[in-house]
Amino acid sequence: MMLIDCPHCGPRDENEFTYGGQAGIAYTPDVDDEAWAGYLFMRDNPKGWFHERWFHAHGCRTWFSVHRHTVTHEMRPQP
Amino acid sequence: MRFTFDERTYEGRPGDTLAAALLRNGVRVVGRSVDLGRPRGVFSAGPEEPNALVRVGADPMLAATTVELYEGLAAWSLRGKGRVDLAEPAGRRCDKGYLHCDVLVVGGGPAGLAAALAAGESGARVILVDDQPVLGGDLLAGRATLDGAPALDWVAGVAHQLAVLPEVRVLTRTTAIGYYDDNYLTAVEKRGSGERLWHLRARRVVLATGAQERSLAFPDNDRPGVMLASAARTYANRYGVRPGARAVVFTCADSGHEAARDLAAAGVEVVAVLDARDGAEITGTTADGEGVLTGVRTRGGGQFAADLLAVAGGWNPVAHLFSQSQGRLRFDEELQAFVPHLSAQAERSAGACRGLYGTAEAIADGYAAGSQAAGLTGFAERASHHIPDSDERPPKPPAPLWVMGDDPATSFADLHRDVTVADLQRASGTGMRSVEHVKRYTTAGTGADQGKTAGAVVVGVMSALLGTAPGQMGTTTFRPPYTPVSFATLAGRDRGALSDPVRTTAMHEAHLARGAVFEDVGQWKRPRYFPLGDEDMDEAVRRECDAARTRVAAMDASTLGKIDIRGADAGEFLDRIYTNMYSTLAVGACRYGLMCKADGMVFDDGTTARLGPEHFLMTTTTGNAAAVLDWLEEWHQTEWPELDVRFTSVTDHWATVAVAGPKAREVVAALAPEAAELAFMRCVETPVAGVDGRVFRISFSGELAYEVNVPWWYGAALWESVLALGAVPYGTETMHVLRAEKGFAIVGQETDGTVTPQDLGMEWIVSRRKPDYVGKRSHARPDTAREGRKRLVGLRPEEFVEEGAQLVAPGGGEMLGHVTSSYTGAVLAMARDVAPGDRLEAVSGGRTVPVTVVEPVFYDPDNTRRDGDPVERVGTVGEWRPESPAGRFAHRFLSASSERVRLRELPFVRMWEVRGRDPGQGLRLGPAWWLVTGDGGREGWTDVSGQRTVLELSGPDAVEVLVTGCPIDLHPAVFPGYAQTLLGKAGVILERTAPDVFRVYVRSSFTGYLAEWLLDALSHPGSGSSPPSR
Repeated sequence: MMLIDCPHCGPRDENEFTYGGQAGIAYTPDVDDEAWAGYLFMRDNPKGWFHERWFHAHGCRTWFSVHRHTVTHEMRPQP
Repeated sequence: MRFTFDERTYEGRPGDTLAAALLRNGVRVVGRSVDLGRPRGVFSAGPEEPNALVRVGADPMLAATTVELYEGLAAWSLRGKGRVDLAEPAGRRCDKGYLHCDVLVVGGGPAGLAAALAAGESGARVILVDDQPVLGGDLLAGRATLDGAPALDWVAGVAHQLAVLPEVRVLTRTTAIGYYDDNYLTAVEKRGSGERLWHLRARRVVLATGAQERSLAFPDNDRPGVMLASAARTYANRYGVRPGARAVVFTCADSGHEAARDLAAAGVEVVAVLDARDGAEITGTTADGEGVLTGVRTRGGGQFAADLLAVAGGWNPVAHLFSQSQGRLRFDEELQAFVPHLSAQAERSAGACRGLYGTAEAIADGYAAGSQAAGLTGFAERASHHIPDSDERPPKPPAPLWVMGDDPATSFADLHRDVTVADLQRASGTGMRSVEHVKRYTTAGTGADQGKTAGAVVVGVMSALLGTAPGQMGTTTFRPPYTPVSFATLAGRDRGALSDPVRTTAMHEAHLARGAVFEDVGQWKRPRYFPLGDEDMDEAVRRECDAARTRVAAMDASTLGKIDIRGADAGEFLDRIYTNMYSTLAVGACRYGLMCKADGMVFDDGTTARLGPEHFLMTTTTGNAAAVLDWLEEWHQTEWPELDVRFTSVTDHWATVAVAGPKAREVVAALAPEAAELAFMRCVETPVAGVDGRVFRISFSGELAYEVNVPWWYGAALWESVLALGAVPYGTETMHVLRAEKGFAIVGQETDGTVTPQDLGMEWIVSRRKPDYVGKRSHARPDTAREGRKRLVGLRPEEFVEEGAQLVAPGGGEMLGHVTSSYTGAVLAMARDVAPGDRLEAVSGGRTVPVTVVEPVFYDPDNTRRDGDPVERVGTVGEWRPESPAGRFAHRFLSASSERVRLRELPFVRMWEVRGRDPGQGLRLGPAWWLVTGDGGREGWTDVSGQRTVLELSGPDAVEVLVTGCPIDLHPAVFPGYAQTLLGKAGVILERTAPDVFRVYVRSSFTGYLAEWLLDALSHPGSGSSPPSR
């Protein structure tokens, strides 16, 4: 059970949150089919630091981004 | 204390484990091994026990060394594994609890006690967990002195100091079983009537889990009478039990000599002490007809008659939790054992679990670890502690010995799994090099004891076979739980009616009273149909449909999701979310909308009304209400934060009754005269029987229909009035028939995440004028735009077809589609390359039904029924009395309350949600989100009085109730006064209004669940540790 530091509520258990996948994927519908398929279906899956989104669904209902190390689960706030 | 074992009655003493009591009574054979059926006896004195597995009451398999004796205990021997008795164990009650601390100390031996004291004295919040009924750890088993006095005097002194520190909590009989991310540990506390699973979150952890003696492999090393030397010593010293009359001690380490000394002092005749460091070696054992040890043979022809062989193979630090925390072990050549090396979390090992085996050394290390942990969590470290003088001699390194003798087939490496040295030789012979492979091939280490005594032997034997060093071999992965845990313990109180929250509407009691048959829709209970007399479902549904088509019928539609949407850009936002246009919708009008995910597939549908220039009300499907709100907030917060729009769930605030049928207008005229003459797809905010309400003229059946909304408190009154005015109650089954006859698709029934609006034949709802909407780009992707996709069609079957039946051309061939909805007179399907008039076959379960493709509208295709009949007669409505969501629990709350904890509802509290600007009052729930209570609502605030109810829990034990279901830290120094979090499985707002008084704001639909959850908690008061008694 990770402890996730919500920017509004402070540290809370992981099960109060929903995962939002990779952060920084811009919504750009004016692109060709291949680029659009990339937006819809392709995400990075690194071993190491990953920029990702979380949503505090059972708390303040805020979306936020963090950097998480996918091996150690260490989290750092978005710089 | 009397107890029975295999139906024979024995006497034990308070404080005995079952193993100690059996030995006290001379019971040597406790069970038989799992594969070979060999007789086995007590081997250890702790959770590492591989042999003495027994059934105790309803518990199918426990180690006798971990079972605390109680009066009347009944136990039975096992052959290696138990069988679960599916009958419910009477009186057993398990639950869970959440605790937080600055420093968690695992283990109540010398190191753990010192660590807890050092941290506690600094003012840190400390939790100390220990698996034994009394503190002391290894000191309970020995006869060491500290500063010239018995070591247990030192233990008692520290225990007393801990007891008076207000921020220190000591949990005995509590085994830490799991160590997870971010210093989250789980521990099982044995209580009088069951177990409590503690969820512990610590800023720093000190592991003081001690060390376990390891076994050695030699021929016939599994006979009853062969025992770890440390265990023999524990039985002699701690329990006053002589584990044998004549003992041979074989040792690789100093501890064997201590055991020999203590056994002799206890009156055991020690006939030989054989030290491997002097070249001694055991070559075999002899036994009597029962298989019980009678003698020991040694290299060089030695033969000793003995009924006890105490084996000291050396020590293994208990590194299970450390390893679970992802810490890295290293092999210590001097100790011949794996010890903690690199920590992965905010954790430190202290004492024997990091290889410091002396008592004084452990105490010194414990003080250091506790002080350091306190310092790292912001408390002042105390400079020094008094380290008592110990009478122990400094230890000498153990012999690196794992296996002896010449008969690998009877030399057991893992007693629990009956894995021998010969099995390990076979594994190495097949080419296995990794201990993980050897484990899976031989099953060594996979028993309930997880190979605690065997792991080192397996690694030692394998490294010898492979000509490598144990440090190169490594260990297998340590996984939770450290000791076996029953599913009943894991389930706790989340079972039966509390296993999953049940959401109910304001009309639920009325539905129960009418004998409704319910169906689950998400967590909701919805009436499926209302049988009269002995009607079956088909008969009831036929009658309900007939009422809706020819007169008037009513359905509880409260479960539909409702989202209040406000802001200057609300219309623009809806334009981007829905496929059709909302910014142009007139105030007072409703529009049906579809929303898609970015991949263009239908996600949800519903009707959204414009209540004001900057105010909309969206409805969602019952199952998707939470997901749609999440979706709106995601797009607003992450893509379009510049838009001025705010969302508030009002699903529970409004109770909704759908009134459908040609006579519906008469019902509405009696309730809300202003609404009776509403045009189709119009709405009005209007009094309903004198209560602030809303009426929408929308139809999901093709008939004249209204959705009448009143606040939750009046939902039951509205329902009864509608029925008293002549409406026939109908359920979801009838709703499905009525909508299917009109060809209306249901999200999740006709759609499955691969269906576009165009596939549903709803091109008309997809705007071509808007610059964008979520899904628009995907509707131009080659695959979604192509011809030949499955589309919604109707079917006329020749007999009943199953939903899910596959559609193929007559005589077979490729699958063309599948049946999505099937009712008498209305069958819908998704199928490709078909046209009305085509003949197909529907195949399901080996049955083939000929069908004809038709247009997907079976009833009133020209919408002539929509306006119903004019009003002829207006009935009267009786007076409405409000009902609060927990009103029916008032008596049970009162009778469950006590001096220690009281529970009541604070009914009919007016509440408002405010977003955007700070109202200067109320509870701030989010960055721009407040909940304000009180009568003074203001312009722009959303009335949510019916959305939640307030339960008040008060009294000195209120916190003890809350910690059994609330994961956040409620300590007064940490808890901010209120928070939005979880209680049980329901989302709540928790507010502390006085030191012992908490308000729990819970969604009205979850009130029944949470009330039952709290009543269940209150019905079993009492906290703290007590001896097992069941």
